[in-house]
Amino acid sequence: MFMEKPFTRCVQAVSALAIAFASLGAAPQDGEVTTPAAEAPAATPLLRRLTEAQYRASIADIFGEDIKVAGRFEPDLRVQGLLAAGASAVSVTPGGFEQYETMARSIADQVVDPAHRDRLIGCGPTSADPSGRACATAFFQRIGLRLYRRPLGPSEIALALANAEKARTLLGGDFYKGVGAALAGMLSGIEFIFQIENDVADPTKPGARTLDAWSRASRLSYLLWNSTPDPELLTAARSGALMTDSGLAAQTDRLMRSPRFMNGARAFFDDYLRLEDLNNVTKDGLIYPGFRAGATADAREQTLRMLSDLLITKSGDFRDIFTSREIPMDGMLSPLYRLPVGRQDWTTVQFSDDAPRAGILTQIAFLAGHSHPGRSSPTLRGKAILEILLCEEVPAPPANVNFTVVQDVSNPQYLTTRQRVQAHLDDEECASCHKRMDPMGLALEKFDGAGQFRAQENGVPIDTTGAIDGVKFDGAIQLGQALRDNPKVKSCLVETAFRYAVGRQLASSDDAMLGRLNARFVQSGYRVPDLIRTIATSPDYYQVRRATAKATRVAQAGPRSEGHF
Amino acid sequence: MALNTTRRGFMLRGMLGGGAVALGLPFLDCFLDDNGEAIAATLGGGRLPVRFGTWFWGTGVIPDRWAPTKAGAGYDLPPQLAALADVQQHVSVLSGFSVPLDGQANSPHFSGNIAVRTGTPAEGWQKIIAPSLDVLIADAIGGGSVFRAIDVTPDGNPRTSYSFRDGNAMNAAIPTPLEMYQKLFGADFQDPNAADFKPDPRYMVRKSVLSGVTDERRKLMQRIGAADRVRVDQYFTSVREVEQKLAMQLEKPARAESCRIPEKPADVPASTDIVKRSAAHKVMADMLAMALACNQTKVFNLTYSTALSDLRRDGSATGVHQSTHEELTDRKLGYQPTVDVFVTQTMAAWTDFVRAMASVKEGDGTLLDNMLVFAHSDVSFGKNHDVNGLPMMLAGRAGGKVKSGVHIKNGGDPVTRVGLTLQQVMGVSADSWGTGATRTNRTLSEILV
Repeated sequence: MFMEKPFTRCVQAVSALAIAFASLGAAPQDGEVTTPAAEAPAATPLLRRLTEAQYRASIADIFGEDIKVAGRFEPDLRVQGLLAAGASAVSVTPGGFEQYETMARSIADQVVDPAHRDRLIGCGPTSADPSGRACATAFFQRIGLRLYRRPLGPSEIALALANAEKARTLLGGDFYKGVGAALAGMLSGIEFIFQIENDVADPTKPGARTLDAWSRASRLSYLLWNSTPDPELLTAARSGALMTDSGLAAQTDRLMRSPRFMNGARAFFDDYLRLEDLNNVTKDGLIYPGFRAGATADAREQTLRMLSDLLITKSGDFRDIFTSREIPMDGMLSPLYRLPVGRQDWTTVQFSDDAPRAGILTQIAFLAGHSHPGRSSPTLRGKAILEILLCEEVPAPPANVNFTVVQDVSNPQYLTTRQRVQAHLDDEECASCHKRMDPMGLALEKFDGAGQFRAQENGVPIDTTGAIDGVKFDGAIQLGQALRDNPKVKSCLVETAFRYAVGRQLASSDDAMLGRLNARFVQSGYRVPDLIRTIATSPDYYQVRRATAKATRVAQAGPRSEGHF
Repeated sequence: MALNTTRRGFMLRGMLGGGAVALGLPFLDCFLDDNGEAIAATLGGGRLPVRFGTWFWGTGVIPDRWAPTKAGAGYDLPPQLAALADVQQHVSVLSGFSVPLDGQANSPHFSGNIAVRTGTPAEGWQKIIAPSLDVLIADAIGGGSVFRAIDVTPDGNPRTSYSFRDGNAMNAAIPTPLEMYQKLFGADFQDPNAADFKPDPRYMVRKSVLSGVTDERRKLMQRIGAADRVRVDQYFTSVREVEQKLAMQLEKPARAESCRIPEKPADVPASTDIVKRSAAHKVMADMLAMALACNQTKVFNLTYSTALSDLRRDGSATGVHQSTHEELTDRKLGYQPTVDVFVTQTMAAWTDFVRAMASVKEGDGTLLDNMLVFAHSDVSFGKNHDVNGLPMMLAGRAGGKVKSGVHIKNGGDPVTRVGLTLQQVMGVSADSWGTGATRTNRTLSEILV
């Protein structure tokens, strides 16, 4: 599904990956016949681990911004380009749980300390209730609802009370320490660390399953705010309103009107463009002295600000992200753009019509993020465009390739990167992928590995001509225009948004929904908020496929890709 | 010391053959004997535990300049192994083993590494079907020390790890010396040689709270699909592991004569420069030696550089990985000179590691004598991603169970022979390992005592 057919060998390689059977815990034995996973409908994963951003936002929303969350989170897993899809594949490793438990205790200690307990607990032992049991019960009910995003059952309340009581006894009779210990247990619980979805019979569709109201509240909230449901949304879950189309629409609209919708949108843009990967991007300080240590973080923020402003605040046309000449700028980044260092904090800059830059492809986040520490990489950039913006999977290169020619800068035939990369196309096996990938990357060659503009390489003017899907371009501006007008870029965004929203890999049963979303996206004039609203209010978004006897999972995430050039 | 072999045998079949999803109990239960003691610790014959670890480096070697020609003891040291000269008696070299891909594509920098680690090559993370061998060994011997296993890398990235329960459950690495110190010798550290010991009630509270957490799992398991059940089981296994750690902290730690608490390292940013990387690695190696001597862990994985090695020299536009593919072979020298320098420096870092372990006195010998360290890369010749003849080395004598200082010059047997041997030496009850063409039941008798 959504696998385009531009280059046969790549498609074959990807199909081979897709049918390579890898259900967990079911290793094929010798001689055993395995069914290709594509034919066996898999159960919808019902557990999604909170991402680091979601965990942090949830704690801030429940306990306040002043509660510190310190510690290193277990890394999220990127599956088919999205951390959101990895969230329904990962669990918690022993080392990871140790971190969660440490963070849980640190958060709980802060909640019950004298500076916070009045606001966050608001009661204590009294002469009528010397053990504080009534206070603790009320606290666990109230906080439990927020932490687990559903009411706690009697056994869960009883467990929290028992934990608190035991801890109080062991810790010298301090009521608050007891409550803190039990709270740490809840924060370490699978119900908090994961969104756990619960399905019920679909009242509108006999035989089908759909998410219950509490699970819908969590989905909506993490999609639209990237955080835990607020009390009003939980009320709508409790009343059953979220099980109706009108109730769902009303809450979706409320959440999207809130300024916090920006957090949800930014989280999507961040995942869509894989901006988290910038955390591990470093540049050589001797080769790129202008690229300072904080530049990657600011480059990520720049791209997020640009997208948020254009697509959410202004509700602009999605396609303009490839051509817009407006760009947020700060003092850290302006030298890399060869702009006078103005204010240190963010302002908006308008590139002139003859400037070499427009759109996200010419921003530092993209250019430096898809380069090597000491040089640019047309292949990495081209691959990023194919995978991220066109949803085409690029297989790993064949193992036994002679790369020597591309590095021979002393050979007078190969003075520029283009000439060296051209060598790919002389090799049939390489050409199948590189003829599609390289021209787009080469169009960006007037920007070095740090994203700075350059007109020449080794004294030779840089040739930035190429074509994508029959549309010719010369340079970054025209490449942006070509992508703006390319229909696959739009359908790829729709597919990515839906995968992000459901937090899993898609199945063929999702095709009808994708078709409707695509049609609606065109109709809306390519408005991202409209797309997100359509997903959030669609019954299909909440549909659950129950486990079948032969449940399997298709695995398509590749290894860390080989990056050359 | 009765070991419930039936349950344990079931477990192994379960994990490799599809039964893992049906397990009601976390993995760990099945690998401990009745006293919670690990198996190999007592099979070693002495009171000192035997530790296992891996040491990984990326992008291989230049085989002609790495592999010794002379087999057996007193093997020759080619230029890329020259640094080993004064520790050669501790290090065995394994050359010439193959990675049968069984019709799979050779996914560059991935297939070979995964075959070495799991016994079965895979083309992508999520297709990894078996635990890595360090996890199997940690399941067998990891109990009885504070951490079942420790994963570290000096490269600054927690994703730099090749240790996993399956492709979705990677054990993230501690990515800096400072974080490593905080984990091993920070707030929760209990000095085994401290004069007095008083159980801290806070550990009791934490343990009690976590035992409540595990009670809730049964209800959840009933209503979720098979893949989710594996994930839930992994979560509760992790909870149990922290519980067991807390239980240990409530008991007076056994004395550890060689344990010295290391200095807190400086907070130095991670670097891709090989000189800086080697410096950070040395700090980690020295700290790891003390973590082992202080019985903080018995199993570790240290990743010096990623499979697609990111190492470079500051100021150079090209890193070692790019050089392996792009550097011309010098006609006069007959090899890629830049790549050669990187491999030689990497082998110097490995030598630092061996020396760090061998310099700690323990019992009548050294810490290294009670260790078995498995060093390897992801490819043999980086230039063409060849996975046959993948470079591997062993250090230490595993408490007297293996010979050290020999060169096993193999003629193409599957690498799984190495992994199977390591598991058996460390007390994993496995009589064969691998799938399809990599499956083997033969160990390396040449090194077994």
